[in-house]
Amino acid sequence: MASTIRVRAVAGGDTTEVQSLIQHPMDSGFVKDAKGELIPPHYIKVVLFEHAGKTVFTAQWGPAVSKDPYLKFSFKGGQKGDDLTVSWVDNAGKSDSLVAKIM
Amino acid sequence: MGGRILVALTALALTAATPVRAVERVDPQAEFKAFRGYFQQHFPKVPLEDFANGPYAMDQDMRKQWEDIEQFPPYEFALEDGKQLFATPFKNGKTYADCFPNGGVGIRQTYPYFDTKAGEVVTLELALNRCRAANGEKPLSYVGPEMAALTATMAYTSRGKPFDIKIPDDPRALAAYEDGEKYFYTRRGQLNFSCASCHVQSAGERIRAEVLAPALGILAAMPIYRSEWGSMGTISRRFTSCNSQVRATPLEPQDALYRDVEYFLSYMSNGLPIAGPGARP
Amino acid sequence: MGEAGEMMAGTTRRWLLKGALATSCALLGLVGSAARFGARAAADAVHWMEDAFKQKSEADAVKALYGKTAEASDKVKLEAPEIAENGAVVPISVTSALPKTTSIAILVLENPFTLAAAYTIADGTLPAVSNRLKMAKTSKVVALVEADGKLFSATKEVKVTVGGCGG
Repeated sequence: MASTIRVRAVAGGDTTEVQSLIQHPMDSGFVKDAKGELIPPHYIKVVLFEHAGKTVFTAQWGPAVSKDPYLKFSFKGGQKGDDLTVSWVDNAGKSDSLVAKIM
Repeated sequence: MGGRILVALTALALTAATPVRAVERVDPQAEFKAFRGYFQQHFPKVPLEDFANGPYAMDQDMRKQWEDIEQFPPYEFALEDGKQLFATPFKNGKTYADCFPNGGVGIRQTYPYFDTKAGEVVTLELALNRCRAANGEKPLSYVGPEMAALTATMAYTSRGKPFDIKIPDDPRALAAYEDGEKYFYTRRGQLNFSCASCHVQSAGERIRAEVLAPALGILAAMPIYRSEWGSMGTISRRFTSCNSQVRATPLEPQDALYRDVEYFLSYMSNGLPIAGPGARP
Repeated sequence: MGEAGEMMAGTTRRWLLKGALATSCALLGLVGSAARFGARAAADAVHWMEDAFKQKSEADAVKALYGKTAEASDKVKLEAPEIAENGAVVPISVTSALPKTTSIAILVLENPFTLAAAYTIADGTLPAVSNRLKMAKTSKVVALVEADGKLFSATKEVKVTVGGCGG
């Protein structure tokens, strides 16, 4: 099954820039469907980024984060070929993770 | 005075190919120049190729948001779906690549074209469903996600290539072009807007929160992922929804007249680069 | 847990607060980074700030997040559009020029829940983040930055209307 996570991690100079796009509905719970019923909230709560055994970035999200959520940040260190692990968990208990290579 | 006019009229009549229809015969090339000239005159600071980016060529604040989103666009997933769909064989083992020149890669900029055998305009969406029919598969909805994903991947392989729409020297092709043009300039619906009301007369202006794209290059970024739809949508989807939005009854997707409109608009954008798939509000 | 302020001063402290079991699960996650179970446990072990995400006012959200008040600072750079082209996807970035920045949070004051997102800036991570948020309507957006134990903020109003061609 294809991962929901897409990552572009590029090392340049002494920093690695990370961009991620995650396929997720991020339903806020405020939107009604075609029948007029509320679509229940379904959103990612936590996204974790790890490199070389260390957490480099943690995102705490609520329903106000856009669908197919995007994130960009940079951290010091990281070399081409290193692993970067991205994992998320949502309010329905679903989760996914991906090990990406830094380019 | 009278003599000079007479000479001029005679000269006009003699130089025309078919004297009786001389003044009525549509001249797409001349119209193309006039159309392009109108937009370049109204937006002198916009480089020609940038018209392919529609509203983002018109407004700095919108452009910044678009550039931010293009860093990792929401249509990534639809594009991946499209690549996969395109590569998946039909039940009979053939693939979409078998129906198209160059395996369907880098050809989007030549659509639509006028099929002189069938005497009609063939758009990319139509060609895709005809490919399916020829291989025993059911047609896809013209306004659904699969057609959008397929046209997205084909547009992507043509990114940067200039529109290259031909109008063969055939009265039926000229008629199709003209029918599309007439549709474009005709008012319709409760709001009594023509396509031109927004995309020619009000190009670059706001309609509530959005900035109207100029008609020049307007199909270059299709199909588009609209934030409003939360999904990718085809040219058919946009044409039918635009009609609904002026409170006019939409035609059926890929109606011959819609195809004529796409033909006219694409011809007018000749030379402009394919920018699809695009992200829009 | 019920502390007055859920401080975001590093993941380690959170694990200690959650207890030994959570800590060991999280450590497992870090060691076996390729294993899906391990990775899921890592994200799972992060204590989600449920209370902060429930708040409906700026004051309450700030209190739940940090337990202190913020002072406006021009060293907090908040980038957001003047007019959002679509309220469902508004690109917003925050960059902090303050040394020892440990966390960044973004509030959308007119949203049903004030807190939109909060980020932990680990040691060695640049104090900047770009994300895309939903805005229900025209609203002030507030960026909060915790640096060296103190709280700073920047505010910008973003206009949101219904898209003109979408009804």
